Amino acid sequence: MDFRDTPEEAAFRSELRAWFEANLPDGWRDRGPARGRTEEEISREWSKRLYEAGHAGLTWPKEFGGAGAPYTHQAIFLEESARAETPEHIGVIGLGMAGPTIIAHGTDEQKSAHLGKILSGEEVWCQGFSEPGSGSDLASLRTRAEVDGDDYVVNGQKVWSSFAHIADYCILLVRTDAQAAKHAGITYLLADMHAPGVEVRPLKQITGDPEFNEIFFSDVRIPRKNILGNENEGWKVAMTTLLHERGTLGFALTARLEVLMRKLIALAKETKSNGSTASNDPLLRDRIARQWVELQALKFTNYRALTSLVKTGIPGPEGSIAKLHWSESNQRLTKLALDILGPSSQLDGDDGVWEGFWQYQQLRSRGNTIEAGTSEVLRNIISERVLGLPRSR
Amino acid sequence: MDFAFSEEQQMLRDSARGFLSSKFTPERVAELAESSEGWDSASWSELAELGWIGLSVPEEQGGAGFGFIEEAVLFEELGRSLYPGPYFATVGLALPALVSSGSLAQVIAGEKTATFAWAEAGGAQDLSDPGALSTKASGSDGNWTLTGEKSFVVDASAADLVVVAAAAPDGTALFLAQLADAEVTTKGTMDSTRRLSTVAFDATSASLLVDAAGAPAVLERIRLRCLAAVALEAVGVAQSALDLAMAYVKERKQFEKPIGAYQAVAHQVADTYMETELARSLAYWAAWCVAESDERAPVAVAAAKSAAGEAAVAACERSIQVHGGIGFTWEHILHRFYKRAQWLDAFGGFGAAHRKVIAASILD
Repeated sequence: MDFRDTPEEAAFRSELRAWFEANLPDGWRDRGPARGRTEEEISREWSKRLYEAGHAGLTWPKEFGGAGAPYTHQAIFLEESARAETPEHIGVIGLGMAGPTIIAHGTDEQKSAHLGKILSGEEVWCQGFSEPGSGSDLASLRTRAEVDGDDYVVNGQKVWSSFAHIADYCILLVRTDAQAAKHAGITYLLADMHAPGVEVRPLKQITGDPEFNEIFFSDVRIPRKNILGNENEGWKVAMTTLLHERGTLGFALTARLEVLMRKLIALAKETKSNGSTASNDPLLRDRIARQWVELQALKFTNYRALTSLVKTGIPGPEGSIAKLHWSESNQRLTKLALDILGPSSQLDGDDGVWEGFWQYQQLRSRGNTIEAGTSEVLRNIISERVLGLPRSR
Repeated sequence: MDFAFSEEQQMLRDSARGFLSSKFTPERVAELAESSEGWDSASWSELAELGWIGLSVPEEQGGAGFGFIEEAVLFEELGRSLYPGPYFATVGLALPALVSSGSLAQVIAGEKTATFAWAEAGGAQDLSDPGALSTKASGSDGNWTLTGEKSFVVDASAADLVVVAAAAPDGTALFLAQLADAEVTTKGTMDSTRRLSTVAFDATSASLLVDAAGAPAVLERIRLRCLAAVALEAVGVAQSALDLAMAYVKERKQFEKPIGAYQAVAHQVADTYMETELARSLAYWAAWCVAESDERAPVAVAAAKSAAGEAAVAACERSIQVHGGIGFTWEHILHRFYKRAQWLDAFGGFGAAHRKVIAASILD
């Protein structure tokens, strides 16, 4: 057990720090606390710089354009990105979900067509899994694909799709056999979002931002060679994607929470009321300390899971709690920020403190326990797969 | 970065678990808890033979030459089995003050047990600042006597020696006395597997262990070690409460189904798993910081103690809940884990006291 960097890890960390220092976009550090996410242009430019420096796809094999680096490097990269508060890579879905699934199940042609462009940010990807009638029960999905010559013809509707409005490709689950048992009739396609018949409509959330989208498919022709894995075996392929969504997410989420923790401390120190600052209030101090403890617990739990991944190739069972705990901790943290703001918590937008940063974060956090597996589904997974309790259905 | 125990440390854990589960079954623990002694003094020499007492003492002083990480493994396992006996008092509390004393060899050999007395009723409670002690040490050179009363002395009823923090002419210093020479009054305690006593000294002869100049460093070392040890024990307790809950909800049927198939039950068990793992990560971090004398040890220990104490209590409460009526009975082992969990949560200050330390480090 050694919680310090090895000399090699320390070297990578300091190289990254220097690189961030030299490469952050002009004016990035001077911006106010930004509302919402990184602007698209900045994100695209940042993705390109990361790619050119070899920092995109750190753990991807070298033959696919990655750095072939150990998982510890990915963890260090995410920690240092959080420390420097860098912009976000445009290819969140491509890097974390589509890419690893193509590496695991794709043909050589698919790999050479997409992997490089995912890394460089040239190709933006979105996810077409959830439907209005199929959320936690994903396998009940109804978007259908029928074979017509060399194409599938796709009709249906997908929902909760981030990046769909700027995406070039979509990892798409469709039903190809309506007679089969629900898990058995699903096929995994790589869909061109610029194809005729694809329509994207923004979906306004409780934050007021249209971060997610609905995607409508009307007689969209997708070449049959764009199938990932075999026809009607898409469920297995989708599990690879979800494993990556949940498996590699822990460090990214913790890094994000670390940034918010720092901002929360700054907020507590600058918020004045009744002749004192929030950071002097004993009740708020206790809650802030509790958040800090939760963050450390999450961080070191990720590291334990990582160690077991590095040593055995399988992430430890502790990893299954990362998203569940992060989402709830993030909700508590953002709510605490509003408590610190007191009456000012009700002022939003340009009239709000930090231009409504915390109001946005607090409202956005309510989605955290719903997206990428609801907390109820995650507790089922822990109960059944980690603890071996009897199945609930 | 390596967050796993070594193979050797894993072997130590396996052998400790084997020994404790055969020697200290739930039935045996219950029997000892209700005995007048509260522990099995005959088994103490076995702990010494296993090398557990001198585990972190350098080899040239007769120990095994390991460190706090190895002791951490033991504390977690001891908590898991609800071991009743003065291991925490001897190794978790007294040991750092004994390293240069003539009694060390006897302690390592299992011939003597020890504890540490610092708290005083209505006065000093907190190890980080024992403040003005009313227990006085007078004398000089080899001839010292102690007068005063100490409270909340851990397992004094099972110990032979006591390390005493007392006011010497030039400040707080640490002394060693024989408990047989003092008046020990053992209190009724919720957790009867780890008892608390008052110890009264009346011109009791003692020897100087650490003088006033050296005492603050040794006291801080004791504070960090014992809080980390308590966090690790709490993780062990939480794990046992979780194991009991898991086994029971798989077995117990109502409405023709194992109750673990009901999400209202299963999700409580899942929450216990989550909190236990989170607390464990903090406890290992704290253990490593203490072992390496890392500068982050004070905050790591505060984080681990606050989270693990609360996690252990919550784990036991949920476990009692999913056990239903049987979990509420005297005959079931659960209440003993629950009482130990509360003991651990209270020791050295409840969670909020430790979050105060953290708040000061991040906000001031």
